[in-house]
This record gives sequence, C-alpha cells and structure tokens, in this order.
Amino acid sequence: MASHLLQDLVQVRGVSKSFEIGTETIHALKDVNLTIREGEFVCLIGASGCGKSTLLRIIAGFEMATTGDVLVSGHPVKEPGPDRGMVFQDYALFPWLTVRQNIAFGPKQRGLDKAEIVEKTETFVDMVGLRRFADAYPHQLSGGMKQRVSIARVLANDARVLLMDEPFGALDAMTRERLQDELLQIWQRAKLTVVFVTHSIEEAVLLSDRVVVMTAGPGCIESQDQVMLPRPRDLTSPEFNDIRRIVGGKLHSNVSRAKAA
Amino acid sequence: MSVQSAEIAAGAPMASVMKPRGPSAWLHVRPLVLAFVVPLALLAFWHFATVSRWTRLIPTPAETAETMWDFAFGGIIDDAFSATAHIHLLASMNRVYGGFALAALAGIGFGLLIGRVAIARQMFDPFFQLLRPIPVTAWLPLSMIFFGLGARSAFFLVFLGAFYPILINTIFGVRSVDPKLFEAAQMLGCKGSALFRQVVLPASLPSIFTGLRLGLGLAWFVIVVGEMTGVPQGLGAVIMDGRTLSRSDIVICGMIIIGIAGYLSDLAVQLIGRKLLAWSPQHSKG
Repeated sequence: MASHLLQDLVQVRGVSKSFEIGTETIHALKDVNLTIREGEFVCLIGASGCGKSTLLRIIAGFEMATTGDVLVSGHPVKEPGPDRGMVFQDYALFPWLTVRQNIAFGPKQRGLDKAEIVEKTETFVDMVGLRRFADAYPHQLSGGMKQRVSIARVLANDARVLLMDEPFGALDAMTRERLQDELLQIWQRAKLTVVFVTHSIEEAVLLSDRVVVMTAGPGCIESQDQVMLPRPRDLTSPEFNDIRRIVGGKLHSNVSRAKAA
Repeated sequence: MSVQSAEIAAGAPMASVMKPRGPSAWLHVRPLVLAFVVPLALLAFWHFATVSRWTRLIPTPAETAETMWDFAFGGIIDDAFSATAHIHLLASMNRVYGGFALAALAGIGFGLLIGRVAIARQMFDPFFQLLRPIPVTAWLPLSMIFFGLGARSAFFLVFLGAFYPILINTIFGVRSVDPKLFEAAQMLGCKGSALFRQVVLPASLPSIFTGLRLGLGLAWFVIVVGEMTGVPQGLGAVIMDGRTLSRSDIVICGMIIIGIAGYLSDLAVQLIGRKLLAWSPQHSKG
C-alpha cells in the first residue's frame, strides 16, 4: 500500500447513529466526518450526551453506525478487533487473571507460541512499571495500576489505534498527571495513534495534537483545533492558556446553546 | 500500594514488641471456644433431660456414644448394626457424590447455555421453572416406577435435589457478568465458543460455587428420603430401620454421621472454591 494512503489510519465517513427508546428516536450522532492520521493523538471533547463515547464505540466496532462507515487502514470496521485497543474508564480487566495473565490474554487468543507470549508479556509488564505486581490480581491494585494494566493489555496485542474512553476520569489528580505523562511517553515510543475521549479541556490541550469539540443534540463535530505547542507542555504558560481559552470558549458556547434548545 | 506495604513491613516488628502475647492468643482461640458453647449446652440439656428419665424414648448421650462406638467398631452390643457404619456411610456417599456430580455437570452445562444463549433460554427456562417448585420428595413414587425400588431411585432423587440450585445459581452468575468484560475479550480477539471457556465460565464461577454448596447440602438432605424404601444399605436405611425397631439410639447415630459427613463435604467444596476463587475479594479471605 502506498504511504500516502497509510497516513489516514482512521476514517469516519458520514456516520450517524440513532437509538429507539420507546416510541422516541434519539439521534446520538449526525453526519460525523473525521480523519485521523497515523501517529496522531486526537482528543474528543464535549458535554455529556454529545455522542463522543458512542463515536469511540463505533470506531471500536462495539456498535454499528446507523448510516455511514468507519475505515481503519482502509478496511471497513464490522466488529471489534485487536488492531483497535479500547481502554475503558472502569478498566474492564479480567478479575480472575493476574496482571501478567491479563496482559497475555490477547497474544494467547492469537495463538502465538509460548516463548513469544512470555516475551511480549514481560516487555509490557516492564513498560508500564508493574514488575513487582505482575502476579497480583486486579482487586489488589490501585486505580492507576489497573489502568496501566489495561493499556499494557492492548499494547501487547499489537493495537495500532488506542481508543481511550475517559481513561483517567476515575483517578485522583496526582495519579492522573503521572499516567498522562506515561501515556505520552508510550505513545511516542511505540508510535501509536490515540483517540482519547475526555471532558477536561486541560487534559485535551495537554495531550493532543488536535482537539475535536463535539456538540450535543444531535451529536456532531463543532470544531477542530491543532495544538502546535511543543512537548512537554507547560500548563502555566500563556500559550497553553490561550489555547485552553479558545477551546473552552467553543465548548461553553455550544453547551449554553444546547441548553437553550 | 508500595507505600502501604512498606509501612506494614516497617510496622510489623514494632507491633509484635508492643502487643502482649496473652490477648492475641486468646483472640485466636476465642472463635473456636464460642463455636462449642451452643453444642455443649445442648449436650448438657440432653444429658440431664434423659438421665432423669424425663422420657424413655430418647437414650442418654452416654448410651448414644456407646451405640456409636458399636456401630463403628462393634464389640459392645453385637447385633445387625455392629461395625457396619462404614458400609452405610460409603453407600450413601456413593449416591450423594454420584448424584451430585451428575447434577453439577448438567446444572452448570444447562446454566451456561440458558444464561448466555437466547434460544436455549426460551426453550429450557420455562420448562425448568415449571418443574422446580415440585418438591423432590413428591418425585419419590414416580422415581420408584422409573428406576425401581432401591439405589438407583435414591441416586435420581439426589440428582434432582442438587440440580436446581446449581442451575439457578449458574444462570444468575452468567447473567450478571459485566458486559464490558465481553467487549474487552472480543476486542482482544476472543470470540465464539472461546468466550464461554475464557470469560463466561470464570466470571460466573463465584455464583456456580454458591450453587454447588447449596446443591451438595440438598443432596445430603434428600439422601435420607431416597434411602427410606427398598434400600438395604445407606444412612437413610439405617434411620428407617432404627425407627422400625424403636432403636432411637441408632437413629441418632445415623443423624450425627449425616451431619458430620455433610459438614465435611461442605468444607471440602469451600476449600476448593477458595483455591479457585483466590482472585475474588469476596472469597479469598474468610
């Protein structure tokens, strides 16, 4: 495949999604178009109910679009697959497996040989810094550690796109900062593509190359802004706060508009 | 987490220096002592009530102990019951564990299917729900027709008694698996029948074990009914024979053995459960 084609890793084309609740039809998404380049870090941000999680779940293949389609590496998404690794807010680790076994779960499904599974598992146990807890069960871990395991679990399965649904939303501020840092390092080292859903403007501007603001009722993309700041980003710098203000302005104007509607 | 464990490690030697030895030893023994209070009180009541010949139909604890010894080893009374306890116990255990194993197989199998597959649920669930309220004892006459007088009928009743709690709890376990876990497994490439083995089964294991415990308890409960007619050997048969011969001492011995055997079986299931469910915060401790 030619390299210019590879650059557009995820293509969301005219995706709409509606649910029937009783006799009422809820339009969660309406005509969403979004292209994500390989290696890009994109944040989806918006008020609750704007469909950002639904969009992520459609890219993951957990839900099908009512109209439109999603292409990943040029192939239409029909079901969940190892190339798109989902990181859930509430971790969704297998509680009956140890840290090591959770990370080995994906490689085992693919039927890799034992030595390869062990090697992959140990690599990612180390990458997320859980060597000392490799044989612990999820209930023995803190929230931050659980989220590390769930990131390692999809990376060990060679996910090319990391789909993250408010992954740090349930963590305390200090743990969140550390994990944001670690995520950026992993993203750069492993040359990943990340689609990251958040409701924190600061988190979006801190992490992403591009901030996609979504609006509710029906959910669609309001605006997209490149964040050109060099990394590591300084939360206190005027440039950072300028961008934060711009994104915040867009977000709040359409929150109030949604309320008025 | 690392900070916590460091604190514990540093704190441990201090605690052992500061704590006097006596009370901590008492804390270990206390539950054991408390567990014996009620049985010993009951034993004392039994003793004084029967020694004063309040009733002649119930033997004293000492007489019962004597019968128990004779039942187990012989040499005191030397009648048809002497030194036969192990024969009856083994006969009952065979039926209890046989029926229970079959019930576990069928209950877990049907439970997984009904819990997970809509067609299976629509087809089997109403049928089992309809049969379930029928008490096992009500099946006794029919089971005698189906399986004849004797051991096979008892086996069938044990199976029936243990089947429903295992089935119901397995279904409940499967239905309450967090749907996110299925999504996580599918995203990692696990699908079809592999989902059953790798997600459905382990995730519902805690409920399944609750069902197994209830089922085994019911199996011991039902065995007496099953062995009441036409079975020469078994603890239920011993109790029935004791009744016919007005040997209440033998009846009580049979009851005690069933109690202990049932208790030990439950303990064994719990132990296995705790091993398999070490990952579950509700099961790994206590």
